[in-house]
Amino acid sequence: MATAFNLHRFANPGRFLRLASALLPWLTGGAAVLFAIGLYLALVGSPPDYQQGDTVRIMYIHVPSAWMAMMGYALLGAAGASALIWRHPLADVAGEAIAPVGAGFTFVALATGALWGKPTWGTYWVWDARLTSFLVLFFLYVGHIALTHAFDDRQRGRRSAAIIAIVGLINLPIIKYSVDWWNTLHQSESILRMDGPSIHPAMLWPLFVMIAAFTLYFFAVVVTRMKAMLLEARHRAAAFAR
Amino acid sequence: MSAFVALLRRDLVLSYRQGIDAWVVVLFFLAAGILFPFAIGPEPNALMRVSTGVVLSMAALAALLSLDRLYQNDFEDGSLDLMALGPLPLELAALAKALAHWLSTGLPLLVAAPLLALMLNAPAESYGPMLLALALATPALSLLGGLGAALTLGSRRGGILLTLLILPLYVPVLIFAAGIISRSLLLEGDPTGALLLLCGLDLGLLAITPWATAAALRQALR
Repeated sequence: MATAFNLHRFANPGRFLRLASALLPWLTGGAAVLFAIGLYLALVGSPPDYQQGDTVRIMYIHVPSAWMAMMGYALLGAAGASALIWRHPLADVAGEAIAPVGAGFTFVALATGALWGKPTWGTYWVWDARLTSFLVLFFLYVGHIALTHAFDDRQRGRRSAAIIAIVGLINLPIIKYSVDWWNTLHQSESILRMDGPSIHPAMLWPLFVMIAAFTLYFFAVVVTRMKAMLLEARHRAAAFAR
Repeated sequence: MSAFVALLRRDLVLSYRQGIDAWVVVLFFLAAGILFPFAIGPEPNALMRVSTGVVLSMAALAALLSLDRLYQNDFEDGSLDLMALGPLPLELAALAKALAHWLSTGLPLLVAAPLLALMLNAPAESYGPMLLALALATPALSLLGGLGAALTLGSRRGGILLTLLILPLYVPVLIFAAGIISRSLLLEGDPTGALLLLCGLDLGLLAITPWATAAALRQALR
């Protein structure tokens, strides 16, 4: 692993903690600034949709949350792989740190989707392929969290959760595909497509800013959680040593 | 290979001698399926509409609920350590356990399925596709379930956690199995696509799950 991108340099928790402390103000500060700009653009600066009116503004929360949910599971799978293959000590911690954040964003995406669905589709929930695969994603996250905390031995829980994260990552495309297939099979509802005209730049830019803000926020929360877990482990070790 | 057969035979003999355990799975399957007429009403057409779906999902639950003891006894009495130390790779041992689980629960469920379908007023032409779908879906469930059983081995709440872990992964299996049935019943419907997809899923799981199960067992034995 003598590459320029050698993650094992950060295997030392002390070094990671120093890096995290240096990085965190930038992540949180950047998220705060981008949220201020993005929320202003999304709620005030951007025009209402010509069909959906102001409800289209839900998109600026909904779409970034969905992106974070998917990115979160990809990161979870990557963390699981590096925990099992390279035994990277921080990857276990990262997995435990990412899962609840990803589950939270998945829930936000589902909830805002339901709230958006009511005025536009006339119903909170339909068994549309996309909604269904996000629901399954939510349960994959929940299973991961439950498994992490199911054992008295913390390391055991994290390693087992790493295995289910990889299996879940392999399965996600299959689930997505099968749900698409299933929905076309049962296609009897009205056409619930919302991708009418492609998005106008006046809405695209606020969306991009919000996605950037969500991404920085995601990493700020994950790094904070990792930092807390490492400090807790250090504290526990110190308490035992006494 | 002889070690594989020996392990398979041992598990089958164990489940045969503890005969009531295999019956419990079948009885659970029937009892859970019989809840539906009480819940949705005895109207024959309503039952017919959901019959094969109920059979599929109850088979999934019955097989899942029988899984939490798959490795538990071996883990507690030390047989699992012996398997890990023995000449048979742990991956093949996991495969033998999953196969034994399928033979001791998947097959009995397959036999009991027509009875439940009959009680739920399933259309006569759906029996063949339903049995075919179950025959292809239950191996996937045993393979995935074996992984879940290994992952939750020694956890605080084994069975229910296993179900939570494995049910999302079971979604594609259920979709393709239901697809075989519904496409067979359509006029000019062709179930070949669903059939091939489910077979492909079975093969994919056959290739992946023994490795993941063995990795999970090594975590448990560490």
